[in-house]
Amino acid sequence: MTDLEKRSDRSPVPADWTYAPAPESTDIVRLQERYGLYVGGEWLEAAEHYATIAPRDESPLANVAQASEADVRNAVGVAREAAAAWAALPGSERAKYLFRIARILAERSREFAVLESLNGGKPIKESRDVDIPLAAAHFFYYAGWADKLEYAFPNREPRPLGVAGQIIPWNFPLLMLSWKIAPALAAGNTVVLKPAETTPLTALLFCDVVRQAELPPGVVNIVTGDGSTGAALVDADVDKIAFTGSTEVGKAIQRRVAGTDKKLTLELGGKAANIVFDDAALDQAVEGIVNGIYFNQGHVCCAGSRLFVQESIYEPVVEKLKKRMATLRVGDPLDKNTDVGAINSRMQLEKIEELVAAGKEEGAEIYQSPCRLPEKGYWFAPTVFTNVAQSYRIAQEEIFGPVLSVLTFRTPDEAVEKANNTPYGLSAGIWTEKGSRILWMAQRLRAGVVWANTFNRFDPTSPFGGYKESGFGREGGLHGLEPYLDFV
Amino acid sequence: MAQAPALPRGFELPLKQRLPRIGSIDQVAVEARAGELAKRSIKKEAKVWALELAIRCTDLTTLEGQDTPGKVAALCSKAIRPDPGDPNVPSVAAVCVYPNLVPTAKERLAGSGVKVASVATAFPSGQSPLDVKLRDVQDAVAMGADEIDMVIDRGAFLSGRYAKVFDEIVQVKEACGDAHLKVILEVTELGTYDNVRRASLLAMAAGADFIKTSTGKLPGAATLPVQLVMLEAIRDVHEETGRKVGMKAAGGIRAAKNAIQYLVQVHETVGPDWLTPDLYRIGASSLLNDILMQLRKEKTGAYQSKDYFTND
Amino acid sequence: MSRLPVKKTYKLYIGGAFPRSESGRTYEAQGQNVARASRKDVRDAVVAARAAQPKWAAATAYNRGQVLYRIAEMMEARVPEFAELCSGKDEVHRSVDRWVWYAGFADKLAQVLGSSNPVAGPYFNFTIPEPTGVVGIVSPDEPPLLGLVSRIAPALTGGNAVVALASEARPLAAIELAEAVATSDVPGGVVNLLTGHRSELAPWLASHMDVNAIDLTGADGLRTDLELAAAENVKRVIVGKPDSQSLYEISSFLELKTVWHPIGT
Repeated sequence: MTDLEKRSDRSPVPADWTYAPAPESTDIVRLQERYGLYVGGEWLEAAEHYATIAPRDESPLANVAQASEADVRNAVGVAREAAAAWAALPGSERAKYLFRIARILAERSREFAVLESLNGGKPIKESRDVDIPLAAAHFFYYAGWADKLEYAFPNREPRPLGVAGQIIPWNFPLLMLSWKIAPALAAGNTVVLKPAETTPLTALLFCDVVRQAELPPGVVNIVTGDGSTGAALVDADVDKIAFTGSTEVGKAIQRRVAGTDKKLTLELGGKAANIVFDDAALDQAVEGIVNGIYFNQGHVCCAGSRLFVQESIYEPVVEKLKKRMATLRVGDPLDKNTDVGAINSRMQLEKIEELVAAGKEEGAEIYQSPCRLPEKGYWFAPTVFTNVAQSYRIAQEEIFGPVLSVLTFRTPDEAVEKANNTPYGLSAGIWTEKGSRILWMAQRLRAGVVWANTFNRFDPTSPFGGYKESGFGREGGLHGLEPYLDFV
Repeated sequence: MAQAPALPRGFELPLKQRLPRIGSIDQVAVEARAGELAKRSIKKEAKVWALELAIRCTDLTTLEGQDTPGKVAALCSKAIRPDPGDPNVPSVAAVCVYPNLVPTAKERLAGSGVKVASVATAFPSGQSPLDVKLRDVQDAVAMGADEIDMVIDRGAFLSGRYAKVFDEIVQVKEACGDAHLKVILEVTELGTYDNVRRASLLAMAAGADFIKTSTGKLPGAATLPVQLVMLEAIRDVHEETGRKVGMKAAGGIRAAKNAIQYLVQVHETVGPDWLTPDLYRIGASSLLNDILMQLRKEKTGAYQSKDYFTND
Repeated sequence: MSRLPVKKTYKLYIGGAFPRSESGRTYEAQGQNVARASRKDVRDAVVAARAAQPKWAAATAYNRGQVLYRIAEMMEARVPEFAELCSGKDEVHRSVDRWVWYAGFADKLAQVLGSSNPVAGPYFNFTIPEPTGVVGIVSPDEPPLLGLVSRIAPALTGGNAVVALASEARPLAAIELAEAVATSDVPGGVVNLLTGHRSELAPWLASHMDVNAIDLTGADGLRTDLELAAAENVKRVIVGKPDSQSLYEISSFLELKTVWHPIGT
């Protein structure tokens, strides 16, 4: 029996259970070497191109067009030509096109998820479980509105605006595309959309979905390029501009459309307060804090970047948070076990580094996840600052990275006052088991989205958008149709 | 306003000051977290290691009215040598039976290193007088049980008589002598995650060596979020007191893939220290064969048939 | 000998009080010396509006409706006086009725504009309208009374505090309105009315960092410059109609807040 005893005592146990790499294959993605502009259902050549890369290792993926002012004007002209016929289609027919798009996105979800993670750097589990399913869901949701607009706006005779110019950010490329295109098309507009400079590929792949859905030419047009392309789109003969991005650029756009009759919606930056009371379900609150700031590397406009903890539980919360951060798996975005992926671009990495350096300099205490970062590519370890004063730059400015500032409060009044003490007003979080306090807080927080005992949840039926310098207009839900319609 | 978390009636005496606050659990969030962890992709050598660990942590169980010495003897053979065709497959942690079958198990497992675990305390309902329950424990230990799996008095717990639940555990622990005590919460009957956490802390405060999800006699039984709640309680007790209490998930774990999800959760919640039969157990019967099939698949590369694995 | 009448001094309405312009200036309009507000009066009015707004927004919608209705009552009592200062009785009557219409909407907004959103998950999710905060209003020159009422009534109905610039050419009706407002339970600071030169005052209102929205219905040729200034703090810019009455006039001064909460045991 001694051999048996040995066997049961035998310890194949490595000190640590290292998960073997579980990379999602990239074979499913077939990229062209070079992309043109998708205008009028065709690929037009552009004079200039630039390389778009994979932030995980800086390897080039494809060359995409840098649309010129003339290219943009042409695209808007094509969209204008297509507008009348598209608007004249019965809503039920427009609906069916959108349903088709939703279905095709779901059918090709793996391909989109892999490409999104490749080009943007976000973990495959997020593009697979959040970005792509939500994008498909948005098309499905707005599809159903296309022939029911009079129920959404009774007695108002809703009519399409014409051509919408849409400019989207790099943090949720396909999802933001769907937030823009789905309601615009449902309302009967045609669109010219400019993807973010660093993440154009899923938008370009989306053109193939448009083709498969047999959408009439010119209804969806995609022009890639940098900020100058976006500026050209704002200046072009469009009826509406919808922009998601930084507050700085949002203000510039608001100035550019000043005095014109272009409708405008802006979904801009944020510096959300995530407020934890001492009676909260602590472990779930810690999960919410982690999800609030490390989801998508903190590249989230509604990220819970300011954590307010009630002083009586400050220590246990910070303790639990640090322990939880240590279990975050940072690395290859394509690995199915990765929790935190690559920073989207060198520029963004430098901005994060600059603000973190400022935090240290101002006297905040820094803690970073003990993780090994890959050598190539853009990476930043999940970071938390304690001993942060309201006045520090890290507590004021949007970092748009995996960097959390922890502050304390003593009473609900103080929590509200500190949370609202910012020019932004996109989102906020509340963690408490007390129902009446949730509603009291929710009423007073000046933010467009308030998550109570949860954070970073999104749904096509749920309106999203900011107060104050976080922008105006709503995306999602019935309310998300209004910015794309004209009324009597 | 800041306020000290209130302790429920009956909790004040047993719980020492340094024990963690009881707190509450948000159902949706804890289920979401458990769901996230369940998506970990465990491959290749990491998978083989996990499957072998799952075997080493298994309490191979039979708890039927129709159990006989013959059935238990066969189970013991399987426990010692789960895959006769592959001597590298480790033995399980223990065989878990009713008290009457302890002698048979004890004899069959002698010298193997596989422990004998016995359910006791009027398993599975626990609805008997305390002296009967204690006698049940004493008998099982006298017959050679290394480990006792007791049930808490859910009737007392749900009617708010926490002190009664606590006292019973204390006395059962005393009756166990050197035998290890696993305290079954029977989570399905507790109704909420709040209660699971409360009962976990209560059992640990009363001296449980392990806390265990279920009797296996009810549907529902062990689930990933329930284990997560219990592991978080174990972790909190460890952080507060330095004491390491074990975790046993029992009931409803039948697939190897499922077992790996439970292990991942242990790994990422309480840490690698708990990845040992001393601190983690899975109570199961049909799970073992599925693990064996998966192991052979990993070794041969071919998907397996049940016909090639003994049905003990 | 006939009695010499006591003439009114036409003043500003700020924070519930009737101060002269801090600048000590007046201008002549409709045959009277009217206070010519300065940028500092704009500043003071915004401070008063900001201080008053939270309480106004926190009042029950029923209460807000009653207070707005009270304005109609106060105006009704002075129809002849108002009629002399605008285009006549018809404009006054329509203005009174407009208050009544909006007063009745205060406690219905959330039901018509809000929603319960069926998200795909175990969450209760609802959207409610909320005031945007402090609203600057450049009211139209014509009609002098109805134009002003048509712009400030919807803003107030939604729970905002307003700083409004009166008709430059015919400001007296606005001052009369201030007197009606002052006697109708509207908390001081919720309504602030300034008379003076639009081209001088509107830019300060448009560029003020503590003003959340600006109504440019009466801005005419100033619109582009004012919109440029408004962008500095991402103000909501509203260009409404000088004479309209609509739920959507109210909603243009509103934010939408969406609240999520899990559903569990």
